[in-house]
Amino acid sequence: MQAVDYRQINRILDEHRRDPLRLVQILVRIQHDYGGCPPAVRDYIAKAVNVPQAQVHGVVEFYHFLSPERLGDYRIYLSDNITDRMLGNERIMAVLQQDLQVRRGQPRADGRVHLDYTSCTGLCDQGPALLVNGRPITRLTPALAGEIAERINAAEPLDAWPAHWFQVEESLRLAGPVLAARSEPGRALQAAFQQGPERLLKEIDRSGLRGRGGAGFRTALKWRVSRDAPGKAHYVVCNADEGEPGTFKDRTLLTRFADEVFEGMTLGAYVIGAEQGFLYLRAEYGWLYPHLVAVLARRRAEHLLGHQILGHDFNFDIDIHLGAGAYVAGEESALIESLEGQRAVPRTRPPYTATHGYLHQPTICNNVETFVKTTLIARNGADWFLASGTRHSPGTKLLSVSGDVARPGIYEYPFGVSVQTILDACGATDTQAVQVGGPSGTCITPLEFGRAISFEDLSTGGSFMVFNRSRDMLAVVQNFTHFFAGESCGFCTPCRVGTQLLRQSIDKIMAGHASARELADIAETASTIRSMSHCGLGQTCANPLLDTLQRMRPLYESRLTSLDFVPGFDLDGALAPARELSRRDDAAAHLGQRCDELGCIVNSEGAGARR
Amino acid sequence: MSKLRIATCSLAGCFGCHMSFLDLDEQLAGLAEQIELDRSPLTDIKHLAGDGIDIGLIEGGVCNAENVHTLREFRSRCRILVAVGACALTGGVPALRNGIPLAACLGEAYLHGPGIEAAGVPDDPELPLLLDRVYPLHEVVRIDHVLPGCPPPAAAFHALLTAIIAGQPPALEYALRRFD
Amino acid sequence: MNGNDFTFVLDGENIRFEPGQTIMEAATQAGIYIPHLCYHADYRPRGSCKLCTVKINGRFGSACTMPVQPGMQIDNDTDELTAMRRRLVQMLFVEGNHYCPHCEKSGNCQLQAVAYHVGMTDSHYPHFYPLRQLDASHPDMLLDRDRCIACELCVRASLESDGKAVFGLAGRGSRTRVVVNSESGLLGDSDFSADDVAARICPTGALIPKREAYLRPIGARQYDLRDIAHNAPPDPPSPEQMP
Ligand SMILES: Cc1cc2nc3c(=O)[nH]c(=O)nc-3n(C[C@H](O)[C@H](O)[C@H](O)COP(=O)(O)O)c2cc1C
Ligand code: SF4
Ligand code: SF4
Ligand code: SF4
Ligand code: FES
Repeated sequence: MQAVDYRQINRILDEHRRDPLRLVQILVRIQHDYGGCPPAVRDYIAKAVNVPQAQVHGVVEFYHFLSPERLGDYRIYLSDNITDRMLGNERIMAVLQQDLQVRRGQPRADGRVHLDYTSCTGLCDQGPALLVNGRPITRLTPALAGEIAERINAAEPLDAWPAHWFQVEESLRLAGPVLAARSEPGRALQAAFQQGPERLLKEIDRSGLRGRGGAGFRTALKWRVSRDAPGKAHYVVCNADEGEPGTFKDRTLLTRFADEVFEGMTLGAYVIGAEQGFLYLRAEYGWLYPHLVAVLARRRAEHLLGHQILGHDFNFDIDIHLGAGAYVAGEESALIESLEGQRAVPRTRPPYTATHGYLHQPTICNNVETFVKTTLIARNGADWFLASGTRHSPGTKLLSVSGDVARPGIYEYPFGVSVQTILDACGATDTQAVQVGGPSGTCITPLEFGRAISFEDLSTGGSFMVFNRSRDMLAVVQNFTHFFAGESCGFCTPCRVGTQLLRQSIDKIMAGHASARELADIAETASTIRSMSHCGLGQTCANPLLDTLQRMRPLYESRLTSLDFVPGFDLDGALAPARELSRRDDAAAHLGQRCDELGCIVNSEGAGARR
Repeated sequence: MSKLRIATCSLAGCFGCHMSFLDLDEQLAGLAEQIELDRSPLTDIKHLAGDGIDIGLIEGGVCNAENVHTLREFRSRCRILVAVGACALTGGVPALRNGIPLAACLGEAYLHGPGIEAAGVPDDPELPLLLDRVYPLHEVVRIDHVLPGCPPPAAAFHALLTAIIAGQPPALEYALRRFD
Repeated sequence: MNGNDFTFVLDGENIRFEPGQTIMEAATQAGIYIPHLCYHADYRPRGSCKLCTVKINGRFGSACTMPVQPGMQIDNDTDELTAMRRRLVQMLFVEGNHYCPHCEKSGNCQLQAVAYHVGMTDSHYPHFYPLRQLDASHPDMLLDRDRCIACELCVRASLESDGKAVFGLAGRGSRTRVVVNSESGLLGDSDFSADDVAARICPTGALIPKREAYLRPIGARQYDLRDIAHNAPPDPPSPEQMP
């Protein structure tokens, strides 16, 4: 491992102007260069950017991809969305652990390799996937995993690996008006300059455009509130955190339609009067960074960004900020905290981002797709946009389709499309359930496949995961529930503790140790978490459990024990340390997990005996 | 009316809860009209009557295999099982060891501690093995009612028993609901 | 409703408020107790413990952060909310290591008092028994993270009242914890002082002065006989918080 070189750290600090607002960016870079940010470096940075040591400490420990320990030269994160599971990521993990001689989550003896799971990496259409030092490798097979391990064991640098390993494919399966559109950069801006900001805003208002990040807030309303709010400066933020498991349409848009994204941000700036914009790019998409920076540079050269855009008295530029691994950072106020160099903890609202966003100034924060749509509306007019979709959900929606389908990838449909139509198009057969909108969304069964994708019916930020009848839906629930437990930011009690409790509950159900009476209790806890949590994460974290308890109760019932109560922890396992220390293995040195009605110790696994 | 049969025991506890029960003093005489004691350290009966106990009062948390057996026996023979005192409810003082690996605990007691002559962790099958940590009762069996406190005040026992005798759900007033 | 009608309805009662007040501030001023742990009148509300969750026009929200609007209909003391708050307090208990019988704060602890108030008698959930670092390095103060509920009051008090920033939160999710601003991370190496406002702010026994334990006998402690709702004199909002 490379020794820490404070001259180089100084260079990194200087590149970021020793700006405390750029703390997360500085730490992302340190992590990249050194594989971690040990306490000495942490304190050095705290002094250099003049923030309390506890803040740097807090940030390093908050984000998944930052660490106080140096994790070695090869940092491998295997995507652990349910779709990766279904494509065999556990087998890949086994091969990597074996061939690399490393245990997941623990440093290898020589300290050079770190291997772990991570939440969905947004590559579900081509899983199982992993990130190695931030670079993606998709469609993993055990053989490919073996080859990867070989190169790591030979200490071969990533640049010497076959370049095609790092290729990410963009499968546009069904193009609607957005995906089919190709335009020269700047056309929408020219149209906007002709109309002026007020008319442009009216046009967006008339289009009825609603946010594509999931919540479906009226974009024009948000922009108007922000424009009208007083402030020292106004800001534009593009939410490219795309953290909802099963969503990858923003990845496609950033790859193929980066101009439209940046142009939409520029339009937003024109409307609200901003000079500075940020695109917050999730860490998992860090490999898109060079491409995006290049597009920005080209746009500056073309006078589509920067000083006096297209010769008008309008200045605006965009900075790309990298995330560092946190689903909650997609929540817009948490995202802004992260932009300000803090832990990504959602703020208290009111006040809202539109009036008190970045640096507590008026800020619009929109999803990648929302900005693309703005560009198209500015160019083609509201009528064009209104030609598709439903009354309350005009326009189209990009869906990221994955799971048990013949053709995973991106589908663009007008709002109002039925789930069944999508299933037919993507080649899904024998479908048992569809998770619409990711773990925080809704799980539906065939009875409901006639329902429509729209804000008024089945709302989705774009995730559409399909499960056929061979799948164990409770394993799906378990995966999602673990996801939330790992992603809770820890700010509020119900979510911080409640996600852990739900995780224990689903694990207990899966182990066959839950009793019927416990189901009611789980539902009660779930509704407390849902009602009392601070942000959308906690408010939705119980959805997978509650949806399936409601729709697939027999699945649960088939796993319940007939007994009154069975411990949630492994009783016999709890004796293991004592057995080892006393070197005993007699019958009395074991305990059965279950207890029969008469007394004790009838152990279904046969380990127990009556004392 | 036949008397309610009550059994009590102390698992990983200090008998303080039992002492508090005895603090009922002359009220015990009144209760004795309505209850009778089965297995209890107070009676020295070692095993529960086979034909059903009305109320089981358990003091202390679950720290070893024997505690698990005893607790399960109580659960299966008692109509109503009551967790009594902080240790039964949270692990209490014995659970202070929960932050220390068992190897370190036993090591200190049997291997490296002061005054040890024949070092070695006992392997006698008669000795119950320790669990990796001390668990509260509700993590091992279903519990019907609780009496918090360290120990619960005598009046809390009285309130609980009289409520059950009267066939009412036990409720504790503010002064009887305490954690220490 | 005319523009001067600054009243709202709390549990069926008409309450006057001053514009800009939060539900918590207005209720406190009217002598009505809303359970809370992370709220303190002297600091900006944080809204994280969620004990103060009330129903505002039928929807759940935090009383300590939500500004009152004229005519708001608020439920506070209902069976539904009490049951949910009981679960929240139970979550706080199992998440940490709370052994009240030998805790120096017992009887004077807000967490315990709120637990009594919402009728908690057991912990209901499995205990996590987390391993957390105890910091006894400071000559006059003890930081026992086992009892910390991450309310951030010490963080706010140190920053806003003492001008020191001794504390911060690190970690995430269930590993969230208080850290100290010093190179060693130890309280003894920070500029914390027992005279700091932050030294008296902790609602639990997590951050407590040394050598002051068990001074008041059982029975004479703050919450021994009276419910927290009738106990603490209402904290008047401090002048700078008044609009
Ligand atoms: C836990 C959580 C995660 C979120 N993640 C994202 C995300 O990855 N991308 C996104 O656009 N919006 C996300 N959101 C929604 C944002 O808070 C916000 O509503 C959205 O960016 C607004 O943009 P829009 O109006 O264009 O949809 C998330 C919300 C929550 C509560
Ligand atoms: S709900 Fe969860 S993610 Fe949201 S603020 Fe609370 S702890 Fe954080
Ligand atoms: S801090 Fe309060 S609740 Fe926790 S152990 Fe001490 S007295 Fe009990
Ligand atoms: S130490 Fe006390 S004041 Fe500080 S966060 Fe923990 S509980 Fe709150
Ligand atoms: S007091 Fe309102 S959330 Fe803690």
